[in-house]
Amino acid sequence: MALIELKDIHKVYDMGAEKVHALNGVDLAVERGEYVAIMGSSGSGKSTLMNLIGCLDTPSSGSYVLNGVAVQDLDDTQLAGIRNKEIGFVFQTFNLLARTDALHNVELPLIYAGLSRSERRDRAKRALEKVGLGPRMHHQPNELSGGQRQRVAIARALVNEPSILLADEPTGNLDSATSEEIMLLFDELHQSGNTVVLVTHEPDIADHAWRRVLLRDGKVIADQPTARAEAALVR
Amino acid sequence: MVFLENFRIAIAALRANLMRSILTTLGIIIGVAAVIAVVSVVQGLQFTITQQLQGVGATFVAVSPKVDRSNIPGVAARQVKLTYEDGLAIEDKVPGIKLLAPAIIGRAAVKYKDRKHNPFLVLGVTEAYQDVANHGVDRGRFLSRVDLDNHRKVAVIGPEIVDDLDLGPEPLGKEIYVDVYPATVIGVMEKKGQNLGMNMDDIVYIPFSSAVSLFGRNAADRVELRLQAQSPEVVEQVKDNMTRLLRQRHKIPASEPDDFQIQTQDEILDTVGKILGSVTAVVGGVVGIALLVGGIGIMNIMLVSVTERTREIGVRKAVGARRQDVLVQFLIEAVTLSLVGGAIGLGLGFGLGVVVAKLIPGFPPAHVPVWAVALSFGFSAAVGIFFGIYPAAKASRLDPIDALRYE
Repeated sequence: MALIELKDIHKVYDMGAEKVHALNGVDLAVERGEYVAIMGSSGSGKSTLMNLIGCLDTPSSGSYVLNGVAVQDLDDTQLAGIRNKEIGFVFQTFNLLARTDALHNVELPLIYAGLSRSERRDRAKRALEKVGLGPRMHHQPNELSGGQRQRVAIARALVNEPSILLADEPTGNLDSATSEEIMLLFDELHQSGNTVVLVTHEPDIADHAWRRVLLRDGKVIADQPTARAEAALVR
Repeated sequence: MVFLENFRIAIAALRANLMRSILTTLGIIIGVAAVIAVVSVVQGLQFTITQQLQGVGATFVAVSPKVDRSNIPGVAARQVKLTYEDGLAIEDKVPGIKLLAPAIIGRAAVKYKDRKHNPFLVLGVTEAYQDVANHGVDRGRFLSRVDLDNHRKVAVIGPEIVDDLDLGPEPLGKEIYVDVYPATVIGVMEKKGQNLGMNMDDIVYIPFSSAVSLFGRNAADRVELRLQAQSPEVVEQVKDNMTRLLRQRHKIPASEPDDFQIQTQDEILDTVGKILGSVTAVVGGVVGIALLVGGIGIMNIMLVSVTERTREIGVRKAVGARRQDVLVQFLIEAVTLSLVGGAIGLGLGFGLGVVVAKLIPGFPPAHVPVWAVALSFGFSAAVGIFFGIYPAAKASRLDPIDALRYE
């Protein structure tokens, strides 16, 4: 069974007089260890899809099974637990807590997982070392560059060993050189076995993935391997 | 676990806006400081009064003429009398009395050479007084039966008067004047301090008969009778019997109220307690308002804080914080804010109480009972929870998607 299994997902927003169909029957399955880029222009429904995959939102209709759990029927508290265990979010704007050093930022998911202080510390340190920020773990976000901040955010996403790394325009606020560094980090994480789902509108970012899903008007209009996957297959 | 972590987060958040936190909690600080200051002073007062009254003893009873308040113009107020003869009749006919002393209470200046002093009171008493009042002499002796019978011109003075009249180290035997009446100092009372607002060390005691001639016949008709019952158990019975006897002697018809009042130590304590209790209640009301205002301040700043930290709430929810985690986090922050205010107020209020007690001469030291401390913290915490629940609930109900998008 696939890690992510979306079947005939609809999402309708009730905007008073009219109803907006953000997602209009999406079917998508992602296997463990895949590296998927979800693309589409603004208004295509990719953000809505990402929120659904990330369990921040529930579909209006359709079924979503994540790692064997049917999440469309879960309540708020259960969804919080799923987000904590299964999802590692990486945001465009980093979303680190201000006036809180890198180590404590990375510890955050572990607090809600109920881990002891010493265990949190150990795991947060290891996650920071994995993204190459070991020496800067006591720096606050405003003392770090954009790329470093995103590395802290990636460490935070990894620290509770989630099933999926879910990145929403992870390079949107970075210059091209730093973007490339961050994407190389995602490539590495994929290689070491993580399932990565990227949401982006930039083709060269999507090219890092092995599979590209294209959305338009709330529907999947293309779903195919990227050049990179084909190259890997040939080899 | 998560609770401790939340507490750490709360402290960090409050320290990040230190000035704002302090200003926010000012209402609580002032409220708690006010209640502690007043309670500490009132409790100190009550503590001292209770101790002093217990020094007089549970068997102490005072009878005094009632002040006639029917001040209707043209109608002569009925003459209220309480005389030495009433006292003698009581001693004779009411069982259960150990000692009884009449006292004429007056005011007069005392003089020694060119020094003049206005003592707090001049008391005309009998030899029984010192045992009834449980107040002995430090030097020399108290008035005796012989002094009274022979109309000796003598006086016993309080220790403060020795200094006020500059009588030097050997006051005994010196000739002073109480108004125009010359008297030899035969004794100095032991130091007793303040009692019920009376300066017990600034009193001149003269023989009862001398007081009659000094203050006039009128004064002898309005004496105070002070007595000691044989045991605390008979006090009520003595009181009832005295009431019956005095009503009979004063020929009061059954429909009329007493023209005298009898106070036992329990009743005096009761009265004092009631007065101090109503002071405390009034202050309590004011404090209630201060705490209400303080609470609204906390709610206001917590709402601001929730809005400012919308994104933080979104992030926390995205990484797995449940509604209750966010609720508890902000609630702990509000309670911490009000408790810190309570603690500062406690220190401030106690300091204020101590200073006030020191500034008023002769005032007993401030005394903060444990219940007042517990009450202050309890109220602070309650205010924090009550006014923190709405902002915290608001934070916990934020939609994580909207919260993450919030600019």
